[in-house]
Amino acid sequence: MDLYLLSPEISLLATALAVILLDLFVKEKWILGWVSVTGVIVSAIFALSLWGRVETSFGGALAVDQFSIFFSLLFLGIAALILISSTEYSRKFAAFRAEYYALVLLATTGMMLLASTRELISIFVALELTGISLYVLAGFLKDAKSSEAGLKYLLLGAVASAVLLYGMALVYGLTGTTYLDEIAAAISSQGILGSPALLMGIVLLVAGFGFKIAAVPFQMWVPDVYEGAPTPVTAYLSVASKAAGFAVILRIFYEALGPASLDWGMIFAVLAAITMTIGNIVALTQKNIKRMLAYSSIAQAGYIMIGLAAFTAEASSAIMFFLACYALTNLGAFIAIIAISNKINSDEIADYSGMVRRAPLFALALALCLISLTGIPPTAGFMAKIYIFSAGVNADLLWLVIIAVINSVISAYYYLRVVRVMFLGEPLSEERVHASSGLRIALAITCLGVLLLGIYPWILMKYSEIAAITFLP
Amino acid sequence: MAVGLEHFLVLSAVLFAIGLYGVLAKRNAVVILMSIEIMLTAVNIAMVAFSRYGQFITGQVFVIFIMVVAAAEVAVGLALIIAIYRSKKTVDSEKFDLMKW
Repeated sequence: MDLYLLSPEISLLATALAVILLDLFVKEKWILGWVSVTGVIVSAIFALSLWGRVETSFGGALAVDQFSIFFSLLFLGIAALILISSTEYSRKFAAFRAEYYALVLLATTGMMLLASTRELISIFVALELTGISLYVLAGFLKDAKSSEAGLKYLLLGAVASAVLLYGMALVYGLTGTTYLDEIAAAISSQGILGSPALLMGIVLLVAGFGFKIAAVPFQMWVPDVYEGAPTPVTAYLSVASKAAGFAVILRIFYEALGPASLDWGMIFAVLAAITMTIGNIVALTQKNIKRMLAYSSIAQAGYIMIGLAAFTAEASSAIMFFLACYALTNLGAFIAIIAISNKINSDEIADYSGMVRRAPLFALALALCLISLTGIPPTAGFMAKIYIFSAGVNADLLWLVIIAVINSVISAYYYLRVVRVMFLGEPLSEERVHASSGLRIALAITCLGVLLLGIYPWILMKYSEIAAITFLP
Repeated sequence: MAVGLEHFLVLSAVLFAIGLYGVLAKRNAVVILMSIEIMLTAVNIAMVAFSRYGQFITGQVFVIFIMVVAAAEVAVGLALIIAIYRSKKTVDSEKFDLMKW
């Protein structure tokens, strides 16, 4: 047992506990936010120092490989940006600031564990550590809307966990083990491939994880929770929770259920087509920008699922690259929304009218992120889409890619509508919108990242390619 | 007739279906939470049955983890129900309509 392999998670957990303890003694509460950010950076340094090692520990339950490090660093980066950009927002719940930071750190710990466990019990516990922290965060404002979001998230999340567990029980019962590599071996050697019980287990697993990544028809919680939750938490949910879901799906389906790929590849392909179509069409009619981004995140999940259906090393590399680009883009959009709606106290798209004259930089940044979400060059979103679509074509999923391209065209309508309202509409008041330096820094980082990955994608692509060969050489 | 693995699995499937029906059909948030517990119990029965008849112990360990995590989840759930009751004076899920469901 080598505790050093677990050092990123341990240091993050220690920071979370330290923040809660510090809250009792420290008078200047703004320190807590920066302690949390420091903890994230320390954890990232530990994770970086593990890059290149391929080892397992804890009896094979924990795997440290390029795949898990890639995702750990992605989650840590997201957490750092969220923490920086909620320094100002957290005034709304000033008395519980420490708990807020600690819960974000705990959820991140759970996600990092999700990406690195190879055993069903650990996967379940990590999933619930993430889930329960996020349920509390969604209800953190304690007003009617936020509590409603938290409760809806919890009830549907718990049902999804139960469905997932039933699927795990079937897979465990058929193979007699909870270790992913042994499950793969048992499936190919014991002749249970194609048995109805295994297929049932796979369907239940897809349903349980489909909830996490917000795939249709398990997406009904998304718009309500995104609208009601505090905006930084919404941002966190929309990128980190989705990335964690895809990480664990890649782990389980590529590593344990790889031999049964014919069964689940088609399920994911069909779900991908339905998900992106419904997400995009419903987003067309939304008037609240948080709700619109909720449906847009459903549609983006559909694009990413093309990669799951393809089941090649290129596709899993494309998924990781897409998730990183999507994280930067969506975070940027949400940070701009946090800054603007803090001031105008509204999430309605109509109230963003003429925003370019009231907050030129924020409006420009939001426009850049929306363009990237549409997939127009020279942005990260364009490169990500090209990469995942070509992986789909190479895996003989041309019909799916055609549907995805049509969907991208539809999505341009509602993304660019916001840009048009901001740039061509008449401002509702002349008052300028100001924001804290934390928000400005976070927004600058995301926008630079979006442009950088749009122009030089291979600085990230080469790492996602290395990470992808963990499962499929 | 000896009681075999199939009997437990059928019991588990029936319980799971009852729980799922409760989640979909009931309106009281507390009852929905109870229905979720029934679904988890169904999973536990399946796990223990597989463990007993397949002679591998992991299933029983899994059940203990499920019970512990479910307890934590219910604690958070009840806290959220209290928070929502304070502002809306009801736990009827049909009345949670500030946002479209």
